Amino acid sequence: MKVVADLDLCQGHQMCQGEAPDVFGFDEDADVVVVLQEHPDQSVRPQVRAAVQYCPAMALAMTDEE
Amino acid sequence: MTSTVGSTTDITPQGIREVSYAVADDGYGHLAEMRVDPIGLFERVRAECGEIGRFRLADKDVVLVSGAEANEQFFRAPDSTLDQAAAYPFMTPIFGKGVVFDASPEERQQMLKNQALRGDMMRGHATTIENEINRMVADWGDEGEIDLLDWFAELTIYTTSSCLIGKPFRDELDSSFAHYYHELEQGTDAIAYVDPYADIESFHRRDAAREKLVELVQGIIDRRKVRGKVPKEDRDLLDVLISIDMTADYITGIFISMMFAGHHTSSGTASWALIELMRNPDAMATVVAELDELYADGSEVSFQALRSIPQLEAALKETLRLHPPLIILMRVVQEEIELAGHLIAPGTVVAASPRVSNRIAEDFPEPESFDPGRYLDPRQEDLQNRWTWIPFGAGKHRCVGNAFAMMQMKAIFSVILRDYQFEMAQPPEAYADDVSKMVIQLQQPCRVRYRRRVK
Repeated sequence: MKVVADLDLCQGHQMCQGEAPDVFGFDEDADVVVVLQEHPDQSVRPQVRAAVQYCPAMALAMTDEE
Repeated sequence: MTSTVGSTTDITPQGIREVSYAVADDGYGHLAEMRVDPIGLFERVRAECGEIGRFRLADKDVVLVSGAEANEQFFRAPDSTLDQAAAYPFMTPIFGKGVVFDASPEERQQMLKNQALRGDMMRGHATTIENEINRMVADWGDEGEIDLLDWFAELTIYTTSSCLIGKPFRDELDSSFAHYYHELEQGTDAIAYVDPYADIESFHRRDAAREKLVELVQGIIDRRKVRGKVPKEDRDLLDVLISIDMTADYITGIFISMMFAGHHTSSGTASWALIELMRNPDAMATVVAELDELYADGSEVSFQALRSIPQLEAALKETLRLHPPLIILMRVVQEEIELAGHLIAPGTVVAASPRVSNRIAEDFPEPESFDPGRYLDPRQEDLQNRWTWIPFGAGKHRCVGNAFAMMQMKAIFSVILRDYQFEMAQPPEAYADDVSKMVIQLQQPCRVRYRRRVK
């Protein structure tokens, strides 16, 4: 699984940090998400999926590629 | 000007095809059609011209795009290229002069960090909303009938004012505020593209309603001044604005603009969600079963509304796809921009239509059918079609309140479907939107019967 954040779209809601705090961080100066783990472990898949699904800016995506 | 109904299309200097006329040009291009059937007009642009086409609004060309590729170019364009405020002349008399239409993406982000829409404020908002719904159903009794437009428009005045401005302010309001607010929303005739102060009845009512709202706010301000200072924790946004000596007129303008994005949109969506669930009994049964299970342990609405409620969310998303509260999103070109292979000159109005894009058959199979299953795994048609599933817009200006809106909808339906069952009080096809104004509202009558559930 690969996690991608589109920084042009991120509005800084920080919802993803609530869903998957180990995968998503926040750049306070730039006010945008930071992907902490581009290839997170399968065990956090449901959390990452929730982060993607509930991102208010639709700025996140996950793919199955390695 | 002569009538041009059925005329062949022509090509502008920018090489973009103009859509035909279904309503005769009365000198203002497609304005006449925009005032009676805007959806027909926007759909025809895509049908006749493809992903980029053009219509005339008074002295302006409006270039309308649709489809993923052109929409993405439209939504990704920076503010320096596409300006929002100038595209909505009908909002100026509503907000008042000098009140900003919308904040820049940077300001929006700042607002998000500091104010009411912040993620960690949502829990409090969910509680507030639950309380407001309970207040509204308190006098319902075991059965009765409501008008969807009146009921949800009043409820969402209370929820938006309470969450965005503060509970002390909300507690000063009654249905008269909702009534005048509705008159403002009705004062959005597209004729504003010719003259926002045109001598028409809906504009006179709009201006009278705004004066009434200023009077109401002035009354609240006067009472606050008599009351004197209160401890910090009891203050709301109004106290803050009074303390920096803003006039009632300006404060009212700020409140109107703060509430505008969240009011008719949420009210309309709640109404349509209930209508679609009543029209689709299977979907209703699925949602009710999901909620019954979720709340079987007596958990709080304010807790659950912040969490995943997949079937209800899917029904809400499908409602938003079919009935986006805003059917067109407009910008004015500031710097030359390329859209769908055409260079668009500064001064041109460009637009995308949620109503058209949300029903593109290639992206949403059987686009006219209400099918909440689209959003469940593995289809996820919203995530798969980020540039055409656009009830909240897209890009940097994507509705900053969408998480709040979804939470509010989940709270509303959690309460009303837990305690009541609903049936249509008129034929299913008799529920329709009044599309004669830029702010679309449900056409009255839109009556619904409720009955308390027996458990």
